[in-house]
Amino acid sequence: MVHGMVIIGAGECGGRAALALRDLGYGGPVTLVGDEPHLPYERPPLSKEAMASDTPEIKAIASDAILTEKSIRHIHSVQAVAIDRAAHMVRLWDGSALPYEKLLLATGSTPRKLPMPGLGSRCVYLRTFADALAIRAHLSAGNRIAIVGGGFIGLELAAAARKLGAAVTVIEAQPRILMRGVPAEIAEIIHDAHVAEGVDILCGNGIASIADDGNEVRIALAGGQEISADLAIIGIGAVPVTGLAAEAGLTIDNGIAVDAELRSSDPDIFAAGDCCSFPLAVYGGRRVRLEAWRNAQEQGALAARNMLGAGEAHAAVPWFWSDQYGLSLQIAGLSDEGRSIVRRDLDDGAFILFHLAEDGRLMAASGIGPGNAVARDIRLAEMLIGKRAKPAPEALRSQTVKLKSLLAA
Amino acid sequence: MSDWVEACAAGDIDEEDVMRFDHGGRTFAIYRSPDDDYFATDGLCTHEKVHLADGLVMDDIIECPKHNGRFNYKTGDARGAPVCVNLKTYPVKVDAGKVLVQIG
Repeated sequence: MVHGMVIIGAGECGGRAALALRDLGYGGPVTLVGDEPHLPYERPPLSKEAMASDTPEIKAIASDAILTEKSIRHIHSVQAVAIDRAAHMVRLWDGSALPYEKLLLATGSTPRKLPMPGLGSRCVYLRTFADALAIRAHLSAGNRIAIVGGGFIGLELAAAARKLGAAVTVIEAQPRILMRGVPAEIAEIIHDAHVAEGVDILCGNGIASIADDGNEVRIALAGGQEISADLAIIGIGAVPVTGLAAEAGLTIDNGIAVDAELRSSDPDIFAAGDCCSFPLAVYGGRRVRLEAWRNAQEQGALAARNMLGAGEAHAAVPWFWSDQYGLSLQIAGLSDEGRSIVRRDLDDGAFILFHLAEDGRLMAASGIGPGNAVARDIRLAEMLIGKRAKPAPEALRSQTVKLKSLLAA
Repeated sequence: MSDWVEACAAGDIDEEDVMRFDHGGRTFAIYRSPDDDYFATDGLCTHEKVHLADGLVMDDIIECPKHNGRFNYKTGDARGAPVCVNLKTYPVKVDAGKVLVQIG
């Protein structure tokens, strides 16, 4: 009997893995288990201006018809509660059990909880479409929205809230927004854009206490200031969902620890996307965990190949984007790998910062500009990073030197 | 038969590159291949309506600048996630140094 492939987590990663198994010609059973009621859907729009529409719609990765056509069994609204590794069986919350040949854990991440008392029904987090709809209901003119955390989720929501006319205050404990992974020069442009749109940004402000009576949230800052809001959205990062894996005895190390082929400490169990940490080949095997849409997509597809025995190592360069107002930011690679920065100015105020290692190797590139002004050069930078290229700084700096010409070198 | 519309001069587009062309309330992407042939497709990606003219052309592939959806710009074929709907293509000819597109 063929037990088939079971995927826990029906988000971008799990959904892509299921489709990839079929695209690769796998003919056995494929079962996709998700705890949300929806078809697998894209999460990036949930924090962006798409949410500003009157009736936000879910962007499904695959329709019911496609899942049926591809014989992908989608079990929704059910959590997996245990993995019996010896019996090769996953047990679900409803009491049923699924046998597996290979198992993929694509359990994603969950918002980091603010570790303090006083949070109530007006203090919310964003992860799911349901969360997004609940937040959307409060984003209207006259409402006051407090956003705790000046990271991407918070800032994108701030932009959506402003578009709908809500008053927005962003509270960030660090000295500036986007401390993690975004160079100061770029964070400053995003900061200024928010201020120009009327967002109040309070940096370097720890929270002393929160009081939420179900109608209003009062946030007292360490410096003595008090913010009152109709809704507080907390966006202070995410933590990997590892409970199922940990209870099954799999190795956990900032996420489910997997090897370059995305295999966990059990050779029949793979993990991919936000929930796993993996060795990043482009940086000499540095173990990282990425919370990014493209990574979820790529790792879902890679896990599918390796579940079928491809034995293929992860080789991609991390890539990330964010949209706020008319600005788009894109980052390829991890900028903390760089030791010096070379700046390339593009048209319309757009620019790219190239992050170089001591030996001149291009480690990362961060760009910002209107629309998709930086997209092409960031994509080329990503390829150069992947090739471990050491482009001449003056070539990177000069807009007259095409980055594409450096690829051939 | 619809008319041929002048999109740009042949020299306006670098080899292995793309540019935007707007006409009659519609938007298109005009490509020049590494072999110096010209092609045209709808301008917007079939995934999230992002304009492809900001994307990267490599060989016969155009890649969406936002979500890396890939299409063969010569045939319009979608080349994998996140795009699954093909891109519409249009006949192109070069006449006296002008790139002409037949928009149906």
